[in-house]
Amino acid sequence: MEFLLALLFGVLLSAAIYLLMARSLARSILGLLLLGNAANIAIIASGRVLGWAPPLVAPGANALVADASNPLPQALVLTAIVISFGLTAYVMVLSWAVWRGKGTVDTEALRVAEPRGLPAADPRDAAEAETLAADLLPTRTGAR
Amino acid sequence: MATRADWLLALPLLLPLLACAATAALQSHRDLQRGITAITAVGLLLASAALVAEVISQGVIASQMGDWPAPFGITLVADLFAASMVAITALMYAATALYARGDADVLDNEALWHPLLAALALGVGGAFLAGDLFNLYVWFEVMLIASFGLIVLGGGREQLDGAVKYAMLNLLATTVFLISVGMMFGLTGTLNLADMARRIPEIENQGAVAAVAFLMLAAFGAKAAVFPLFFWLPASYHTAIAPVAAIFAALLTKVGVYALIRIVTLLLPEGHAWVAPLMWFLAAGTMVVGVLGAAAHWEIRRILSFHIISQIGYMIVGIAIATPLALAGAVLYMLHHIVVKANLFLVAGVIRRAGGTFSLATLGGLWRRDPWLGLLFAIPALSLAGIPPLSGFWAKLFVLKSGFDAGWYVLAGIALATGILTLYSMLKIWMEAFWKEVPEGTPELPPITGATRWLLLAPVAGLGLVTITIGLWTEPFAAFALAAGEQLASREAYITAVMGVIRP
Repeated sequence: MEFLLALLFGVLLSAAIYLLMARSLARSILGLLLLGNAANIAIIASGRVLGWAPPLVAPGANALVADASNPLPQALVLTAIVISFGLTAYVMVLSWAVWRGKGTVDTEALRVAEPRGLPAADPRDAAEAETLAADLLPTRTGAR
Repeated sequence: MATRADWLLALPLLLPLLACAATAALQSHRDLQRGITAITAVGLLLASAALVAEVISQGVIASQMGDWPAPFGITLVADLFAASMVAITALMYAATALYARGDADVLDNEALWHPLLAALALGVGGAFLAGDLFNLYVWFEVMLIASFGLIVLGGGREQLDGAVKYAMLNLLATTVFLISVGMMFGLTGTLNLADMARRIPEIENQGAVAAVAFLMLAAFGAKAAVFPLFFWLPASYHTAIAPVAAIFAALLTKVGVYALIRIVTLLLPEGHAWVAPLMWFLAAGTMVVGVLGAAAHWEIRRILSFHIISQIGYMIVGIAIATPLALAGAVLYMLHHIVVKANLFLVAGVIRRAGGTFSLATLGGLWRRDPWLGLLFAIPALSLAGIPPLSGFWAKLFVLKSGFDAGWYVLAGIALATGILTLYSMLKIWMEAFWKEVPEGTPELPPITGATRWLLLAPVAGLGLVTITIGLWTEPFAAFALAAGEQLASREAYITAVMGVIRP
């Protein structure tokens, strides 16, 4: 069973890395999702697959049954899933805002914060590169 | 019953947690939000001061949440290093909260600013006090989600652009950290750091420990913006509004450095010869790349962002050498750097307010217009470069002395050269923004007056005073750092405080 989990971890990890290297933001987000699930599989596999019975202590007993599964990794994964869900939701909204503002989610086109022509040897060239990048933008959404 | 130590460890987390909840619920009541933030800032300063005092008198203190004995429950633990970091977090919270009262960008988005700032303080404080790896991960995420909200505050396009890079690369780093947490759990069967420290030497397969530890160091290295994993920082920090950039620059990367120091001193103290050369390489690369990047730019915030990176290098020097003196140097450097770097970003915000831009080409004549601002810039700038008698001099002295004592001459030489180039960058800002005549075509802005001026300059002056105090009255700070370094290097006190002495 651990072997299968390890294999799944490897497949998820390589797919995640492949997607993360894409230029499209949408693909990168899918990559992050897969990476989060790869991490979950890693935690489950690290906790060892001990058995299949639910980890509940029966009434009257004071220990788990013999083939109970390991509850701790499940608790960890549950936390990790919730966190990963929240953060992915944020990144999706962020990329939607980028798309709405620029009409593209190609990461090569996201050069506003790091405009071409920087760093420059002359301060005036640097200032020009900054204003050029700012001028190409649609108006800001928030008040300044 | 909750003891004194339990309260002292829980309060620095409870206060921002309550503040976050209350200010989030009271979004339409600006005055109440402001009042809550002010009370929280004072409360947090007092609580963290009490925590530091307790740790100085009692040694390492630990608290088991819900009375579940370690290593089964959640443990909060504070040694001198962690307690001082909590205290400085409180100071940063207070300084940026005060500055924000006068900052136009924050005033436009104040409803969100208060809960997000409290959440950030909560995450950072939790990461400093966490006694187990999984909670460290959770606190990292709390900090991260708050910082995601803060970095886009103001809603500029440039900010969205920076936030994409910040979010993607930081999420990647935390997920890598989570994978390493899972694997470390698989190897040791525990998540509690102190328990893990005792079990790691018993593991037969030390190669696997090294591989997982390397993965963990890579994740923390990315968080700490260490060469070659620093790309997200200069791509995003300069887009945030001034108080956000200040608190990011002060705290976020330092949480990464804190985790690096904790992992290396606690989990990898002996038997892993690869750590020191790796840290040597990281320290040298981080210092050099950061300072050269700063030298190449002509925009104040970009220069300061690159200087965060170069200064992280000095802290890594302390980890590389790992003698008690070197670790003391790293602790002192972090304390000094957090104050100075936040201060510089706050001053940059005032410069923009006074001169209309962050670009050095269009700034000028600020010394003639506002000499006080010039003075308040000069203090942290010279301290950053390590000019005596300011705090940066002593911090650098500690690191360099430990380097020369341990015979790491090349690394100490690189650190010295980095200091000189830092001075060059700071002089560049001084000459262009303050000393040069106003360039033609630059519109004259009205001077900052009234309450706004006080709100903006009071935290700057306060942090400047802290810098001067550490510089002129060094002895208690140096003694504190040395004690913290001893504690980090020996690690016995930490393990005993968490695990108790009964368990074999």
